[in-house]
Amino acid sequence: MIEIRNLVKTYGKGSAAVHALNGVDFDVAAGEVVMLMGPSGSGKTTLLSAMGCILQATSGSIQIDGREIVGLPESKLPRIRLEHFGFIFQGFNLFPALTARENVELSLKLKGVSSSQCRRRATELLEQVGLGDKLKTHPADLSGGQKQRIAIARALAGDPPIILADEPTAALDSHSGQTVMELLTALARQRQRAVVVVTHDNRVLHYADRTVHIADGRIANHFEEGRTAA
Amino acid sequence: MLTLAWKNLFHDKVRLVVTLVGIVFALVLILIQFGLFLSFMDTSANIVEHSRADLWISSPKIPHVNGGSPMAESQRWKALQVPGVQRADRFILAWVPWKLPSGAIEQVQVAGFLLDGDMGRPWNIVAGSVEALRAEDTVIVDEIYKEKLGVTRLGQVVEMSGRRARVVGFTHGIRSFTTSPYIFTSFKNALNYSPGMTEKDTVYFHIRVAPGFTPAQVKRSLQQMLPQFDIYTNDEMLSKTRTYWVFETGAGITTLMGAILGLIVGIVVVAQTIYAATVDHIREFGTLKAMGASNMRIYEVILAQAAMSAVIGYTFAIAIAYFVSQGSQGGNAPIALPPQVAAGTLLLAIGMCAGASIISIRKATTIDPAMVFRG
Repeated sequence: MIEIRNLVKTYGKGSAAVHALNGVDFDVAAGEVVMLMGPSGSGKTTLLSAMGCILQATSGSIQIDGREIVGLPESKLPRIRLEHFGFIFQGFNLFPALTARENVELSLKLKGVSSSQCRRRATELLEQVGLGDKLKTHPADLSGGQKQRIAIARALAGDPPIILADEPTAALDSHSGQTVMELLTALARQRQRAVVVVTHDNRVLHYADRTVHIADGRIANHFEEGRTAA
Repeated sequence: MLTLAWKNLFHDKVRLVVTLVGIVFALVLILIQFGLFLSFMDTSANIVEHSRADLWISSPKIPHVNGGSPMAESQRWKALQVPGVQRADRFILAWVPWKLPSGAIEQVQVAGFLLDGDMGRPWNIVAGSVEALRAEDTVIVDEIYKEKLGVTRLGQVVEMSGRRARVVGFTHGIRSFTTSPYIFTSFKNALNYSPGMTEKDTVYFHIRVAPGFTPAQVKRSLQQMLPQFDIYTNDEMLSKTRTYWVFETGAGITTLMGAILGLIVGIVVVAQTIYAATVDHIREFGTLKAMGASNMRIYEVILAQAAMSAVIGYTFAIAIAYFVSQGSQGGNAPIALPPQVAAGTLLLAIGMCAGASIISIRKATTIDPAMVFRG
C-alpha cells in the first residue's frame, strides 16, 4: 500500500543543510498497524508528513497504491490527500465552531458528498465511536478522549485506505488512549486499512503489528510482535 | 464551506461585534458623506435644474448662476430674431437684503420670473399660489427658511430691500447652497426689489427652443447674433454652477474626501479584523489543507466570511443612514439616500470586505499544512 525507498528530506542548503530524512526505506501493508517511534527530532513526523503528501520529499520514492507521489506538483497533492488519507492529530484539530457531527461532515463535504448523505454517514461514524449522543455537542464541551474519537470518525469519514496518526494518545488519559488504539486497530483488522501511528507512548505498543524505530532520519530497527526484525 | 464560514463568524461573538462596528462605522460615514455630496450637487444648481429653460443668455464670464450681472433688456429682440428661438423670457436672480423681525439683516436671493411664461418658476408649492404674485410686492418663500427669515404665516408682511413684501406662498425643499434663501416673485416685483435695476434691465434671458431645433443649434446662432454675451445650454449652466459651488469652493471635495476616508477606514478596520480572525483560525485552515482542501476552498471560507460580514454590517449601516437621512430633511444640509446609492453601497461593502480579505488570503496561501503536526 505504501512503499518508501531511499527517501531524503533536507531543509536548508549547503553547510546549513539539515537532513531530516536520510535514505529511509519503509513499507506499510493494508490491514497493518505500524508504530513509528523515536526521540524528538528523529524525523518520524517528517516521515509521516512526507508519506501523507503534506510535505514534499527532496528525493527518493513514495508509492501509494503503486502511484509515485515524489515530484508531483503541489497542486496535485490535495486531491491525493483527500482520496487516500485520513489524519489524526495530537491536538485533535477539530473545528471549535462546528458540532461533533459537522466536524465529521466537513471531511465528506470536501469530497463532494451530498448534505443528506454527509449527515447520515457522520451520524453512523459517531455512533460507531460511541458518540451517538454527542452529535450536536461542540468540541469545547467534550473530554480529550471524546474529541479524539471525533477526530477518528472524521479521519474515517471519507473511507480512506490509509490512516496517519500523530501522537493520538499523547493528550489522553490511559483509558481514553486504550479506547482510541482499540478503534484504530479494529479499523485496520476489519476494514483492511493501513494505520501508521507516531507515538512516544509505550502503553500502546502492544497494539502494533510492527514497531519502527527512527533515529537521525534513518530507520534504526523494526520490531515485529516483540522481536527485532531488522 | 459556507456553513464553516457562517459558524466561524458567529462562534466568536466579540470579534464579530468588533468587525461589524468597523464595517457599520465605515459604511455610515460613506453613506452620509456621499449623501451630503449628492445633496450639494442637487442644491447648488436646483434653480437651474428646475428652470425649464433650454438656453440661458448671460452677461459675459459669470462664475455661476448666482453671479450674474444686469444687461440690457433690448437684447431680447435680437434673440427673438434668431431662428429656433420660441421664447426669450427675462429672469432676475439678485442678492438683496431681507429685514428680520429683530431688525437684523439677512441676505436673500430674489428670483424674478415672467408670470406669463413657464420658465424660472418655483416648484413644490405647498401653500398659496404663483398667481398670487400678480399682486404688487408679493413673494413666495420656502418653508424650510421660515424660521431663518422670521416668517410664520401666509399674508405676513415683511421688508425686503427696503420695500414691503407680503408672503403669498410657500414652497417645500427649495434650498439654497449658499446661506441666502431664494425668494420667488414676479419679474416686475423683482425689478423693484433689485437696487440699481430698471425696467430696461434683466440678469438673464431664459430661451425656449422651437420644435425642430436643438439647443446646440440655436446656441450657435444666438452666439453669432449676440457675441458680447455668453450663451449656455441648461446643462452647461447646471455644470458650471455645480462645479463652482461643489468643487471650486471645496465644499464638495470635503464631503467626497470624507466618503473616501470612510472607505479607507473601513478597509483598514475590516482587513485588520478579518486578518486577526484568519490568524486565529490558521490551524483550522491548516487542518483543512491537510485533509485535502484546495487553496480555493480556503479562499471560499475567507471570502464567504467577508461577504457575510459585509451584508450584516450593511444592513445595520443602511438602517442608521436611513434614519439620519430622514432626520436631516428638514434642515439646511439634507442627506440624500437614493436607491441607487443604497444598492451601490451594498456592492461597495462587499467589495471593501473582499478587498480587505486579500491579506488574509495571502496568509492562508502560505500555510504549511505540516503545521498541523506541530503540537
